[in-house]
Amino acid sequence: MIEFIQQLVNGLSLGAIYALIALGYTMVYGIIKLINFAHGDVMMVGAYVGFFSITLFGTNILAAMLLAMLFCAIFGVIIEKVAYRPLRNSTRIAALITAIGVSLFLEYITIFILGPAQKVFPSSAFPITEYHIAGISILNKNIFVFISAVVLMLILQYIIKWTKTGKAMRAVSLDMEAAVLMGISVDKTISITFAIGSALAAAAGVMVGVYYNTINPLMGIIPGLKAFVAAVLGGIGIIPGAMVGGFVMGLLETMVSGYGNSLYRDAVAFGVLILILLIKPTGLFGKNTGEKV
Amino acid sequence: MHEKKKTWLTFLFEVIVLAVLFTIVQYAITVGLINQSYHINITSMCINIILAVSLNLINGFTGQLSLGHAGFMAVGAYASVIMTNNLGMPFIVGILAGCLAAGIAGFLIGVPTLRLKGDYLAIATLGFGEIIRVVLQNIDYVGGPAGMVGITRLTSWPWLYASTIVTILVIVNLINSSYGRAIISVREDEIASELMGINTTSYKVLAFVVGAMFAGLAGVLYAHFFYIIKPETFGFLKSFDIVVMVVLGGLGSTTGAVIAAIFITFLTFALQKYAAVRMIIYSLILIIVMIYRPQGVMGSKELTRKTFARIWGGKK
Amino acid sequence: MKGKGNKFFVILVALLLMISLVAGCGGGTSEENPATDAEKIAVGINVELSGGVASYGSNARDGAVLAIEEINAAGGVLGMQLEPIVRDCKSTADEAMSVSAALAGENIVAQIGPLTSGDVQGSTPVMMENKIPLIAPAATAANVTVDDKTGETKAYIFRVCFIDPFQGTLMAQYAADELGAQNAAIYADTSSDYAKGLAEYFKKTFVEKGGTIIAEEGFVKDDRDFNATLTKIRSKNPDFIYVPGYYQEVAPLIKQARELGITAPIGGGDGWDSPDMVSVAGGDALNNAFFTNHYSSQDTDPKIVAFVEAFKAKYDKEPDAFAALGYDSVQLLVQGIKDANAADSVKIAEALAKITDFEGITGKMSIDEQHNPVKAGVIIEFKDGEQVVRTRIQP
Repeated sequence: MIEFIQQLVNGLSLGAIYALIALGYTMVYGIIKLINFAHGDVMMVGAYVGFFSITLFGTNILAAMLLAMLFCAIFGVIIEKVAYRPLRNSTRIAALITAIGVSLFLEYITIFILGPAQKVFPSSAFPITEYHIAGISILNKNIFVFISAVVLMLILQYIIKWTKTGKAMRAVSLDMEAAVLMGISVDKTISITFAIGSALAAAAGVMVGVYYNTINPLMGIIPGLKAFVAAVLGGIGIIPGAMVGGFVMGLLETMVSGYGNSLYRDAVAFGVLILILLIKPTGLFGKNTGEKV
Repeated sequence: MHEKKKTWLTFLFEVIVLAVLFTIVQYAITVGLINQSYHINITSMCINIILAVSLNLINGFTGQLSLGHAGFMAVGAYASVIMTNNLGMPFIVGILAGCLAAGIAGFLIGVPTLRLKGDYLAIATLGFGEIIRVVLQNIDYVGGPAGMVGITRLTSWPWLYASTIVTILVIVNLINSSYGRAIISVREDEIASELMGINTTSYKVLAFVVGAMFAGLAGVLYAHFFYIIKPETFGFLKSFDIVVMVVLGGLGSTTGAVIAAIFITFLTFALQKYAAVRMIIYSLILIIVMIYRPQGVMGSKELTRKTFARIWGGKK
Repeated sequence: MKGKGNKFFVILVALLLMISLVAGCGGGTSEENPATDAEKIAVGINVELSGGVASYGSNARDGAVLAIEEINAAGGVLGMQLEPIVRDCKSTADEAMSVSAALAGENIVAQIGPLTSGDVQGSTPVMMENKIPLIAPAATAANVTVDDKTGETKAYIFRVCFIDPFQGTLMAQYAADELGAQNAAIYADTSSDYAKGLAEYFKKTFVEKGGTIIAEEGFVKDDRDFNATLTKIRSKNPDFIYVPGYYQEVAPLIKQARELGITAPIGGGDGWDSPDMVSVAGGDALNNAFFTNHYSSQDTDPKIVAFVEAFKAKYDKEPDAFAALGYDSVQLLVQGIKDANAADSVKIAEALAKITDFEGITGKMSIDEQHNPVKAGVIIEFKDGEQVVRTRIQP
């Protein structure tokens, strides 16, 4: 039983990280239906900004995170302007290829400038405290990541449901042309979406840095992929869905490693994912609207 | 009568052109005009053409976004190497086994997943591609993560050339057949074609299986040229590479897929000398081409006999 | 419609121009610096600079380039300067082969790299065909230098690293004899044949010594979260945990193990060798952790100290095992060129096969019949972040 609870803690912490990345993914997707494969790499850029902010300017972790979020928000807007906007009216797959291009570009320009070797995130930035309760070990960073994911999700949900910007976002997502006719600036709305999405990725990046102590230029690929899977799992474009998808993904991987065979972790995780999709093709939270003829 | 003769002559002319191209390259290889480096790149080029053309059938003509093509390549490669290397069968058995195994894998994966749409299908195929890789990584009989080494090189230029031509011919003829029109109708409007009495699922599966079989063929040729296969080679990044070729060439244009495969292979080769910046240049070219030519180089156009006839006529 | 067609042709022409430009530039550079220059010896460095193992490849390249610069500064070899030609094999076997073929066309006398066994296997046929020696810095699979089927040694393939059996066996002996472990858990990087090889031989020897393996688990490259499997291992309470793999994964793994309250000794191989181990995992977590290696980078041997200093001065970072092995690969090649007394690849290969007692920074080595280096191994223990050499084992 103790082991099970420990695995639950492990799974929720890992899931929180996936959820954090998935939030930004799903948000961008929800508005412009673009699978932004560069999202994981924006996370990597955020992690590096956080890293340099701590090591070069000696800021604390919160300032580093804010700086990374600010930097990536601007960065995300630029990426959208340069690489995605010209393709807004083309096929979605063309935009997908551009996203792959942007992803490769970010990875290799970082390697070119900083080298491919990992950088060690200063552990002094976030002192670790261990809590051992009845044989279960919980670290303050687990709690930190978990709470951040939940809080950010709530804020995001609030923005989208209750603010004017959020309404504009939903309008653009629902029908871009109608939104224009209603006097909504689509360009501005999409820019804001990218700003928020990229800022979330940056926050996730800094957290991954804190959590795992190392960052490297290719760190975004695998978590990015898994977060994308999590977003699809929850029903892509749905904010709480991304959150739940992230946690499901984290728990799934943990349970496979913990009670099954760790060698087949990724295979089983993907297998379960496919099963869920087959039973519920639009994801856990997706509404099956049916197609109009 | 006259028309028929003309068609026949055109056909003969094309056969001669293909045969001459084959002979020239074969001669150049035998005499040593083509050095090793070019030989390798011509091989990669043909393999990439097969991969791009076959994926184009799924992604371009059928309109089903698949991100797991490298997985089928892996199945084909492994199945054939087990036949040739471990069981000592001739190459042709390996080729057939590879295609068959990949086709079966395509069927098994296609039947359940092709009910999914758009990005959900994409993620499911991506997932299956990864599952294939992880499973191969954990089977000791096929070498686990180290893969299979010491494969005899059986992929010669004749095999390569024939495979490429056969792939293109089969897929082009499939597209131009009534099956092909059904497949394209699925892409254009699934609901409408269903109402017209087309069993959309079975056509999707058909395209998927054929595409997978040729991916398997590419895997066979790859394995028997590069001496070594390992699961890592066939990860999702490889699948992305193939998707890039298809989109760059133009979704739904076989000509485009061929051109893009050649272009990407030579680009990779030409950038070898710039080790430090090759991936940066590559990614920039990708972005720039997509921004200025989002429908790909060829769009959905094809170079056909008619095109050539027009160019010919234009010159006069 | 017509305008569209025109636009398409313009773009097609532009693309073709771009290819020819790139290809043309490429041709230009190689003509400007002809590798056949009589005063220069071209050395191909075919390593992973992009793709999955880019960090291994670039560290090895840094080590190799440093060695070449030092040699050139000291007057070169046989009065000639070495000229490194660095190429990226994208962490794939096919690209490794393609790059090797291109390098062969540039008249290299030898090739350093690639790093992983798989990529070396890709490159091997081309090197064999062109009769150019390949020195692998870190390819540990037994069949890299020996043909599986015929059992013959591949005449042009050499390496400077240990092969898998040596390290796995060494650590099993140490765990059973010195640490008194009765049972052990193996938690290996299953995406790497290196780690799998180590695990295999560890298991074999450990069982032979009467121990039991109570858990066999795996992680894959780029994993950062090991809590689930560690929790499982914790519940089995092993006396010893063997974690063969590379430091990028092992450092966070050990840290997480200690955070979960696992106090058992943890062991591994030379993939652990990096200053990042201490900075990521922390000195406390690393206590009671052991690994087998060629040498200790904290050794006081003047040669090693000089290497570490020079590396730090040039690259502003500490060398890891890959850098040291890349460096030694070049040094071994230079020894080969000197012994052959000619910059001729066939003669160099013959000379390389006969090298004995070569003083590398990763140890004194002799090349055996199977082109493997025979060199001493050490078992290093971490003590509050410092490396302490426990035992030296002569082969």
